[in-house]
Amino acid sequence: MKRIKRLFKTWLLSEMRAGLRLTLRRMFEPKTTILYPEEKTPQSARFRGMHALRRYENGEERCIACKLCEAVCPALAITIDLAEREDGTRRTTRYEIDMTKCIYCGMCEESCPVDSIVLTNIHEYHGEAHYDLCFTKEMLLAVGERYEQWIAHDLAKDMPYR
Amino acid sequence: MIDHLAEFFAELGMTGTVIWTMIKILCITVPLPIIVAFITLAERRVIGAAQWRFGPNRVGPKGLLQPFADVLKMLFKEIVWPERANKMLYITAPLLVLLTAIASWAVIPFSDYLWLANIDAGLLYIMMMSSIGVYGIIIAGWASNSRYAFLGAMRSTAQLISYELAMGFSLVGVILLTNSLNLIEIVRHQEGGVLNWHILPLLPLFFVYWFAGIAETNRHPFDMAEGESELVAGFHVEYGGITFALFFLAEYINMMIISVLIATLFLGGWLAPFPVLNELTIFSVAPLGDGFLWLALKVVFFLFVYLWIRATFPRYRYDQIMRLGWKVFIPLTLIWIILVAIATQWSRLFG
Repeated sequence: MKRIKRLFKTWLLSEMRAGLRLTLRRMFEPKTTILYPEEKTPQSARFRGMHALRRYENGEERCIACKLCEAVCPALAITIDLAEREDGTRRTTRYEIDMTKCIYCGMCEESCPVDSIVLTNIHEYHGEAHYDLCFTKEMLLAVGERYEQWIAHDLAKDMPYR
Repeated sequence: MIDHLAEFFAELGMTGTVIWTMIKILCITVPLPIIVAFITLAERRVIGAAQWRFGPNRVGPKGLLQPFADVLKMLFKEIVWPERANKMLYITAPLLVLLTAIASWAVIPFSDYLWLANIDAGLLYIMMMSSIGVYGIIIAGWASNSRYAFLGAMRSTAQLISYELAMGFSLVGVILLTNSLNLIEIVRHQEGGVLNWHILPLLPLFFVYWFAGIAETNRHPFDMAEGESELVAGFHVEYGGITFALFFLAEYINMMIISVLIATLFLGGWLAPFPVLNELTIFSVAPLGDGFLWLALKVVFFLFVYLWIRATFPRYRYDQIMRLGWKVFIPLTLIWIILVAIATQWSRLFG
């Protein structure tokens, strides 16, 4: 009896018809694709993207050139030179991140005592040459100024877990 | 309209006939690559849909211009000649494959008055063309001077030879019923609605012909000749740019040929499924009556099944393909041919 049943199943291609039915049903189900530039996946507030240097509300830059980020950076992507400013404070004269070296681990952000260097959640940027991706201090400060609201928002959201 | 044109050219004598034939040939060969282009798009969209994705939908509205982008890319690519390849054979192979694929369309009847040639041995002619097309694949594998290509060619030769037998046998069933090799005669023999179509008396042969046709065109799940996962791309691994595009074009034209043949031989070609549809006339024209529309619908269905099957099944193992061809299809067709022969003789002698 079992063999007869099996014979019928084989010759009537029941397994194949089951497979075809499945794929046909799939064709009419909603797609899971996200149409990228128009739709985006939700991002965590902790997302580690492009770097930014932040300023205080009075416009003073936060960075005090402690070089902790340079020391902790596992990819040696950060280069810092420092000098004394006229008012006697310790400031960077050069703060560069080579984005082609950076592995976006976020250790610089963690190590920073004054929350100066942060990783924003912007990941859609590109450079057409190597030097486009060596971010200078001015570029990093500009990023920080431009996206301060978002950065502050994300930091506040993540604060309870720090 | 067509009758008037035909008469006009016929009056011009020999040159007129040649011009009229050339026009007819162009009417068949020019739409073919365009249809093929859209089949490739349909293939990617259908497989995408079966996998919960969209497929190409960026170039033009709904991705409709995607095939043209692909064609342009193919055209501008450099043809790389493999080292120590046999250049003459290397360039002949894609031409041979494409030529035979297009030449098969000569005898296809599109409706009860549209065809290029009314040959009495039309079925034999198509069998011949598809057999010559296999040479193109073998030559391609041989001339590329590459192990992958050669293995692919060997595999596809063995596969095509074994499946051509089953295919030929299932055609014998059709010939037994109609007593004719002429495709137009075969369609006319099926007049009178679904019940007169050959699919009913020849059901097993229909399925064998269908599956053997999929194997014959080297499509999934019988694409041993290509076998991306083990042979890179099989016989056309050394072909790039426009030479690859020719193989691609030929493969899809062959798919269409097989679909048209299934429709013509087993499903009544241009005939409407119900004769009643011929009587539904608007201004003395029956839009749903016998005609090109029905052939197109049947062909589109079979083309869709090609893509559907590709989206569903994994590739056969090589020995399984051989087993299916020799141990299942050929005995099955042989038995059914004998039954059909007995039945036709019986009705001739006693009925």
